[in-house]
Parts: sequence; structure tokens; C-alpha cells
Amino acid sequence: MTVVVRAQSRQRYLVRRITNTVMLGLTGLATVVAIIPLLWIVLYVLIQGGRFLSFDFFTKLPTPVGVPGGGVVNAIVGSAILVTLACIFSIPIGILAAIYASAHPNTRLGLSLRFATDVLSGIPSIVVGIFAYTVVVLPMHQFSALAGGVALSIIMLPTVTRTTEEMLKLVPNSLREASLSLGAPEWKTSLRVMLPAALEGVVTGIMLGIARVAGEAAPLMLTSFGNSFMNTDITHPIAALPQTIYIYAVAPYKDWHDKAWTTALVLMTLVLGLNITARLIIVWRRRKLGLG
Amino acid sequence: MSVRGQVQKRSLLRRRLGRITGHGDYPFNLIIAAAALLVVAIVIAIGYQLWSNSTLSRVAFGLKFLWTTTWDPVAQQFGALPFIMGTLQTSLLAVVLAVPISLGIAIFLAELAPEWLRMPLGFLVELLAAVPSVVYGLWGLYVFIPALVRPISVFLARYLGSIPLFAGPAYGPSRLAASLVLTIMIIPTISAVSRDVFLAVPRSQREASLALGATQWETIWQVLIPYGLSGILGAVILGLGRALGETMAVTMVIGNNLDLSLSALHPGYTMASVIVNEFTEATYPLYLSALIEIGLALFALTLLLNLFARLLVWNVARRVPQEARV
Repeated sequence: MTVVVRAQSRQRYLVRRITNTVMLGLTGLATVVAIIPLLWIVLYVLIQGGRFLSFDFFTKLPTPVGVPGGGVVNAIVGSAILVTLACIFSIPIGILAAIYASAHPNTRLGLSLRFATDVLSGIPSIVVGIFAYTVVVLPMHQFSALAGGVALSIIMLPTVTRTTEEMLKLVPNSLREASLSLGAPEWKTSLRVMLPAALEGVVTGIMLGIARVAGEAAPLMLTSFGNSFMNTDITHPIAALPQTIYIYAVAPYKDWHDKAWTTALVLMTLVLGLNITARLIIVWRRRKLGLG
Repeated sequence: MSVRGQVQKRSLLRRRLGRITGHGDYPFNLIIAAAALLVVAIVIAIGYQLWSNSTLSRVAFGLKFLWTTTWDPVAQQFGALPFIMGTLQTSLLAVVLAVPISLGIAIFLAELAPEWLRMPLGFLVELLAAVPSVVYGLWGLYVFIPALVRPISVFLARYLGSIPLFAGPAYGPSRLAASLVLTIMIIPTISAVSRDVFLAVPRSQREASLALGATQWETIWQVLIPYGLSGILGAVILGLGRALGETMAVTMVIGNNLDLSLSALHPGYTMASVIVNEFTEATYPLYLSALIEIGLALFALTLLLNLFARLLVWNVARRVPQEARV
């Protein structure tokens, strides 16, 4: 009898051990499975896009179908203008709102602000595009870079606000108290002591925000519309890199597909570069503050 | 007046100004409050604009807009059901596929990976979220579909074709392709949030379970996951929210076809992709209004999901005492 029980329990123990090993192994496998697409995409964009990369690609306007050469300078300039507009609108508001959030976290407005930031970061970008269409394109009776900039700034706003707020929270309270005890008013303490102390963090937040909006195409289709010529007038339609990728990709021409890959290489370099730099700064900063 | 008198007068003025303005604090507080208010106002304005600009369509079709299937701009008949179905089907399938993988990643990163591997691996998974949507679409369309999705679809259609979900014939661009791309895109969201949930579970819970003789997997499965369940559910819902609103990648791989069958192997259409495809071609106000109403539905859906998810995640964060966090 005891022998049977012991044999059974040994068998069950073995089953539990095996389950343990298999399941723990599967979690590692899941991590590998998730990273494969990233490497696949990055390598493919590098190889496919790299074939047609040239100096002209950054300096020339697009050529018609079948005509070799040409570049996407209009989209590069367009993206730069759109991202600049987004920064002009979202950075001051985002930083000021973050100062409010860190100074008054539990007032009614502070709680509403936190909730609004959460909601904003969850709203689909295409819906933000519709909003910008109704408030900028409809009154102006024209698609414009300005409308695109408004849409992108709303998408960027929660990233800037939340990162700034979190970085302000990381600044030691003693710094703030020291400034106040020296007789500096609140505003001077916020702008001249707290913000500079959190500056690296704020800059990384802005970089992450830029990386996010630089890759957005959906809201631009309804707002800045796209333009196959060079344009620097913000009241007119303008081209952008992600939108150019879309247009080239869904067109039925082989040479446009090649250009889509090269444009994707340019965009990916920009976006991933910003992202990696920002994340490295965050890691480095946390380490410096001893937060591991 | 002497120079000294001028200086005195100026400093007096400054002092008085300082007293009135709280040494600059009142105007500053006003400005930051205004910025905070503006952020809140933007959210309200988005809801209001979508509501008021979809009036034509809401009045013309009422609530049956949401469950009729005719989308015919020529006949001026609009019903959004095919798009709603497409969005729900692709997003839910993506979540079903992404949850086990994301939980695996979260467990691996929070519990198992050696210290030196955690950071770089977490970094790589998070980079998945940084790849622009349109690049996912490009890759999906020309690399992923021919290499993987089409063979899988052909296989499913041949062997499981009798199930309506996998009814053939198999196409390249399809709902399945959209779901698979969405799966990749929402893995970073779900895994990052649930990793934080696992990290927030107090160490004593693990120690108690291990001390009772449970294996590490039994500890994870029977202690950690139940403990953090509402937080994990919140993570899943955040992922679902991302999938519902995803536009470019889905538009490029789903085939944009008003197909009313249930089959995941057929091309379909989603709410976001019909907006981006038809918005600038909407030639009369009712058409545009119908598209904006789809946007309104999408807004309402993601708003509700986000609310629910935040409540769940907050709940966990509140329950865990500060010092218990690792």
C-alpha cells in the first residue's frame, strides 16, 4: 500500500517538475517569438531600403512612375514642418500642465487633468484627425500643414505631459524646499529650479513624443492631405514621410514599392534613433539617481 | 527728481506689484491652471465636435446606423455594421493571440530572466511599439503575408474550412492578416503593463507559496496571476483599445472589402480604415457625417475601454502597499 502511494506521489512530483520546466521554457520562447518580428522588420527595411538609398533621395523631388531617380525631399521638409508645429503647440502646454499636475495632484482640476491625459493617449489617432479636420480644415476651407500640426500636437500632448510630470516627481523635494526657503517665489522655483533639474527627463519625453508623431500617417490623410511638390506654406497641403510610404506602398508600381522601402528606412532611422536615445538617457538618469 | 528718488520709487512699485501678484505666483498659477484646463477642454472638444458634426447622419439613420449592413454612398444609405464587425473581429482575435505571448514575456521579464538580460529584452519588446504603423503595413503587405499569412490561410481553409471562421477560399490580405499584425503591435502594451503588475506583487506572496512546496510555475499560475488578475485584465483592455483604433497597418493588410461573411480568411474592413479610405472622397455632407459618426462610435468605444482599464489598474496599484514593491 505505502509503496503504491509513494510511487504515485513520486510520479505526480515528476509531472509537476516537467510542467514547471515546460511552462517556464515557454515564457522564454514567447519573448523570442515577440522579438523576431522586430528583427525581421528592421533587417528587411535595411536591406530593401538600403538598395536605393542615395544622396539624391534626400535632395530631389519625387519623379513620376517609371522615371528612375528622384527623392522625397518634399516629404522630409513636410515632416520637419509638421513635427515643428506639433512641438510648438504641445511642448509649452504640456510642460505647464505637468507643473500644475505635480503641484496640485489632488485638486479637482489635477485629477481631471490626469484623467484627460489618460484618455488622450488612448484616443485613436484617426479620431484626432477627424477632430483637427472639423476645427481647422472646415473653417479654413482647405487642407493645410497647420491642421496636420494641430492633430499631431494633440497626439503628442499626453506623452509630453506625463513624462514631464513623472520627471518632476523624481526631483528631490529638498531642492524645492531649499529654493522656497531662500525666498524664491513658487513660479521661480518651478521654472528655474525644478524644471532645469528635470530637464533631461523632459527632453526625453519630448523626444519620445516626436518619435511617436513622426510616424503617424492616419491623421495626416484627413488634415495635411499630402503634396507631391515642395511646399513650405503652412496654410497649404503638405507631404509627410509616413504618408509617402503609404502612397508608394499601395500603388501598383514596382519602382514605387522600392521607394516605399527606402522612405521607410529614412523614417525608421529617425524614429528608432530618437526612441533608443531617449530610452538610454532615461536608463542613465535613473542609474545616476540611484533608482536602478 | 533725483536718481535716488527714481530708484526708490521703482523699488516701491516693484514691491507693491509683488504684493498684489503674490510675487508672481498668482499669474503663474493662473497660467499653469489654464494649461491644465486646456488639456481637459481638448478631450471635451473632441467629443463635442464628433457629436455635432455627425448630426446629419445621426438624425437620418438613428441608432440603426449601428446594426444595418448597407453602405452605399450612391444610394445615400449608410449602416456601419460591417465595419464594426470587422473591427471587433480583428481586434478580439489579436487580443486572444497576444495575451498568452504577452503574459509569457511579462513572466519571463519579471520573474525568470537573469538580471543582466531583463533590461535589454524589455527594451527590444518596447521597441516593437515604436515601429511606425505604416511600416508594419508595408512589411505586412509585402513580406509577412506572402511568407507566413498566406500559407497559414491555405492550410486553415483546407483542413478547418468547414468551420465558418475559417471558410475558404484563402486570400492574401485578410482579416487574419490584420489580426496577426495587430497581435505584434499590441504585445508591447500588454506585456509592459502586466510586467509592472507582476513586479508589484509583494515578495511575501511568492515566498509563502514556494515555502509550501509549490514549484515556480505553480507559484506563478496559482498565486501571482490570481493576485494581479485585475491589473492583467486592465493591461489586456488597454491592448484591445490600441487594436481597435489602429488604422494604417490594418488598412494596408485587411483588403478593404465589404465582405459580410464571418471568415477570418476573407478580406474585410474596419471602422478606422473606412474613415481613412473614404474621408477625403466623401462628396456630400451626409456621407461625411456618416464617416464622422463612425469616428464618434470609435471614440466612445475606446473611451469606455480606457476608463474600465484605468479603474482596474488603479485598483491593483492602490491595494499594494508602497514598501512591498520591488
